Amino acid sequence: MGAKQTRSEHDHQDLVEKTGFSVEQIQNLHKRFQQLSGNEETISREHLKSVPALANNPIRMQIIEAFFDKRNQHGNELGSYETIGFEEFLMVMSHFRPPTLRTTTEEKETMRKEKVRFLFNMHDTDGDGKITLAEYRKVVEELLSKSGTIEQEAARAIADAAMLEVASTNVPNMGPDDFYEGITFEHFEQILKDLEMESRMHIRFLHVNTTKVHCGK
Amino acid sequence: MKHLALLKSYLGFHLIPRLSNIVPESCLLIVVGLLVGGLIKLARENVPPVLDSQLFFLCLLPPIILDAGYFLPIRPFMENLGTILMFAVVGTLWNAFFVGGLLFALCQIPQAGLDIGLLPCLLFGSIISAVDPVAVLAVFEEIHINELLHILVFGESLLNDAVTVVLYHLFEEFSEVGSVTVLDGFLGVISFFIVALGGVLVGAIYGFLAAFTSRFTSHTRVIEPLFVFVYSYMAYLSAEMFHLSGIMALIACGAVMRPYVEANISHKSHTTIKYFLKMWSSVSETLIFIFLGVATVEGHHRWNWIFVTATVILCLVARVIGVGGLTYVINKFRIVKLTTKDQFIIAYGGLRGAIAFSLGFLLNKSFEMREIFLAAIITVIFFTVFVQGMTIKPLVELLAVKKKQEAKRSINEEIHTQFLDHLLTGIEDICGHYGHHHWKDKLNRFNKKYVKKFLIAGERSKEPQLIAFYHKMEMKQAIQLVESGGGSKLPSAMPSTVSMQNIQPKHQPAPPKPTERVLPQLPKSREEEIRKILRTNLQRTRQRLHSYNRHTLVVDPDENAFKDLILKKQKMIELDRKIKEMTMYLTVPAPHQGSPTMSRARLASGRNTDFIPAQQQKGNTKSSDPQAYNIKPASDAMPVIQVDLASPQSPDSVNLLDEIGKADQEEEQGLMMKPPPGLSGSDKHGERIVVNPTDNVSVPSE
Repeated sequence: MGAKQTRSEHDHQDLVEKTGFSVEQIQNLHKRFQQLSGNEETISREHLKSVPALANNPIRMQIIEAFFDKRNQHGNELGSYETIGFEEFLMVMSHFRPPTLRTTTEEKETMRKEKVRFLFNMHDTDGDGKITLAEYRKVVEELLSKSGTIEQEAARAIADAAMLEVASTNVPNMGPDDFYEGITFEHFEQILKDLEMESRMHIRFLHVNTTKVHCGK
Repeated sequence: MKHLALLKSYLGFHLIPRLSNIVPESCLLIVVGLLVGGLIKLARENVPPVLDSQLFFLCLLPPIILDAGYFLPIRPFMENLGTILMFAVVGTLWNAFFVGGLLFALCQIPQAGLDIGLLPCLLFGSIISAVDPVAVLAVFEEIHINELLHILVFGESLLNDAVTVVLYHLFEEFSEVGSVTVLDGFLGVISFFIVALGGVLVGAIYGFLAAFTSRFTSHTRVIEPLFVFVYSYMAYLSAEMFHLSGIMALIACGAVMRPYVEANISHKSHTTIKYFLKMWSSVSETLIFIFLGVATVEGHHRWNWIFVTATVILCLVARVIGVGGLTYVINKFRIVKLTTKDQFIIAYGGLRGAIAFSLGFLLNKSFEMREIFLAAIITVIFFTVFVQGMTIKPLVELLAVKKKQEAKRSINEEIHTQFLDHLLTGIEDICGHYGHHHWKDKLNRFNKKYVKKFLIAGERSKEPQLIAFYHKMEMKQAIQLVESGGGSKLPSAMPSTVSMQNIQPKHQPAPPKPTERVLPQLPKSREEEIRKILRTNLQRTRQRLHSYNRHTLVVDPDENAFKDLILKKQKMIELDRKIKEMTMYLTVPAPHQGSPTMSRARLASGRNTDFIPAQQQKGNTKSSDPQAYNIKPASDAMPVIQVDLASPQSPDSVNLLDEIGKADQEEEQGLMMKPPPGLSGSDKHGERIVVNPTDNVSVPSE
C-alpha cells in the first residue's frame, strides 16, 4: 500500500505539470476514475456509458467519444483509443479548467483555443480538419434528439442555416459555383469568438479532499 | 403643470443633442423639476406636496420595476445570483450600520451640535444605504457597459429592497420604543427571510397564475396584455399588503411568467406588452425625477452643514469599503473574477434615488429629525445623480471598461450555447459531482416535462428551445429584408453572395435534390405574413415607380427611362428571388394549423388564413393540394417560380409583377410594362417569372 502510494504521488506530480490541476484535484479525480473503472487501470466506453446521469443527455455519445479521441491528448495523433488510462482521462478533463485571476491574456488566448479545439474535435468526427454539412447536421440532430419527436427536416434546416451563416461571415464573396467544403478551425473560432469560451467552458473542480462518493452505479 | 413639465423636458432634451451626451436624462429632469417647483413657489405661497409617498409607491414605482423584471436577462442574473445577493444583502447591511453608527459617533461630539439617538441614526442609515433601481436604470442605460457589470449593479439595486424594507420597519419601531434586545435582533433576521422569500413566493404564484391564464386566451387575444399587467400589479399589492417585499414580488412575477406567456400569446399582444411597459416606465421615471426636483424646492427641510457633509462622505466611504471587502470574499468563490476596474464601476454605480426620499418622507411627521434627514437624503441623491451620474460616462471611457456587445445572436451561437450546456452537464456527471450545471439541467428537464405542458397551450409546449429560436430568427430576417426596401443586397447581416447552393455538396444522390432545390413549401401563415409585408412595401415602391412613369415615360418613352423601369422591375424580381432564397431556411414543415407558433406569425386580421396560395410556387410535390400544379424540374436547379396560367386568381395571392402591372394599369392607361418571358427575370440564376396573361398589357414600341 505504501509503495503504491508513493508511486502514484510521483505520477501525480508529473500530471500536475502536464495538466495544470492541483494535487488535491488530481487525487479527487483519481478516486472518481477508480470508481468509474471498478478499480481497474483503464476505462472503456462501457464504463462511461453506465453512468446513469448521462442517460438523459442528448449528446451522450459525443461526450464519451471525446474521451477516447486521440486528438484531445495534445499530441498529433488521429484516431481513437479503445480504453484509456488515468492520464488520458485527466488530459481530457484539463480542457475544462477555468482561468484564474493570475492567468495572463496570452494564457487566456491559449486556453480559449484549446477549448474551441476540443469542441471542434467533437464535431469533426472523421478527423479531416473540417466540419462538413453532414457532420454539422448530425450535431444538430443529436442536440434535438431528446426533445421529443423532432422531424429530421427541422434539424436539417437549422444546420443548413447555421452552415450558411458560417460561410457568409467567413467567405463572403463566393461565386455561384464555388463549393464551401466545410468549417475549418479558423472559421469555427471566428463564429464562436463572441461566446468567450475561456470563461464559459469550465466546471468547478473540487479542491477539498472530500469526493462526493455518489455511487451512482 | 405636470404635462407642461413633461413636454418641456422632452423638448429640451431631445432638441439639444449635445446636452444629452454630457448630462444624463435624470439630471435634466431634476433640474426641470427644480424650475417648475421654483415657478410654483413664486406663483403661490406653498407648493403642494407632489411626491406623496402613496403616489410614489403605488403608482410610480411599479411600472418601472415590472419593466425591469419582465425583461430581466435571466441567464446572466442566475449565473451571478450569489454575487448579487452578497452585494444586496451584506453590502446594504454594511452600509446601513457603517453610516448609522458613524453618524451616531459624530453626534456624540458636542461641537457638532447634533443630538440624535443611536436608533434614529441607524434608521437614517438604513434609508440612505440602499442603491436605487430607478436611478441606476436611468444612468446605466446610457453608458452601455458590459452585461456582467450591468446585471450586478442592477440586480443589487433590485434585491436590496427586502433588506431596506426590513431594516426600515425594524428601526422605525425600535425608535419609538427606544431600546433593542438581542431577541429583537434575532427576530429581525427571521423577518428578513420571511420578507424576501415571501415576496418571491407571492410573485411566483401570481406569475404562474398569469401563465396559466394565458394558456386559454387564444380566443380573446385583445385582452392578453391586460392579464400580464393586472396579475403583476396584484402581486405587488398583495406583497405590500402583507408587508413583504413588493419589488421582489414584482420581479419574481415578471420573470416567472415571461417564458410561458410569450409562448402563448399572439405576436401583437407581445408587441403591445413591450411598448406599454416601456411607455409606462418611461413616464414614471420622468415624473419621479421631476417630482424630486419639485419636492426639493418645497421646503420642509432643515439644513445642517455638518450632518449633510458627513452623510455624503460616509456614504461614499462606506460604499467603497463595502464593495472592496465583499469583492475580496466573493472572488474566492467566483470563476470569472471581478477586477479592480469592475469594483470601481460597481462602487461608483451605487446611486441613491427617489426610494430613499420617499422612505424619508414616510417618516412620522412628529419625528423631530425628519427634516434634517430629508435635507441630507436629498443632498445625497443630488450628489450621486448629478456628480456620479455625469462623470460615470467619461470614466467608463477613460478606464476602457468593456462595453456591451451587440446582441446579434446568431444561430451558431445558440446551437453552441445549448451544446455547451449539455457538454458541461455531461462532464459534471462523469466527474461525479453535482454542480451548477447538473441542477440547471434537472430544472430544465422538470420544466420541459411537467411545467411547460401545464402552462403552454397546444403544440408549442413541445417545441424545443432551438427550434423556437430559429423561428424567431427567420421571421426577423424576412421582415428585415423586406423592410430594407428590397435592395439588391440582403440586409447587412449577410452581405455575401453565398447561397444555399454553395454549401450543398455536389455529389448528393439525385432524389434529395429536387426537394432541396425547388422551392420548399412555406408554412402558410408565414407566407401570408411575408406577402402582406411585401404588399405594403410594394405600395411604397409603387409610388417611386410612378414618379418615374409620370415624368419620363408619358412624355417621351426614351430608352433610359425604359431601361430604368426594367431595372426597377428587375429589382422587384430580385427582391422576390431573395425572399425565396431566404425562405430556403424556412424548410421547417409547418406544424398543424392550430399551433401558436404559426398563430403568432399570423396577422390577426380575422381573415381566413388557410387559403391555398395558388399563384405561388409549390415546392412539395407530395402535396395533395388540388390547386397545386407540378413543377417542371429546373434546368439549372435554381428555384423557379411559375404561375399557373389557367387557375383562378385567388383574392389573397400576390404576384409581384401582377401588382405592378395592376397599379400601372390603374394610373396610366395603356402604358404598361409586361416583361415578356425570357426578357425579364433571366438573371444569371435562370429564374423565370410569368405573368398572368389576362392582365391588360401592352408593350410600347421601342
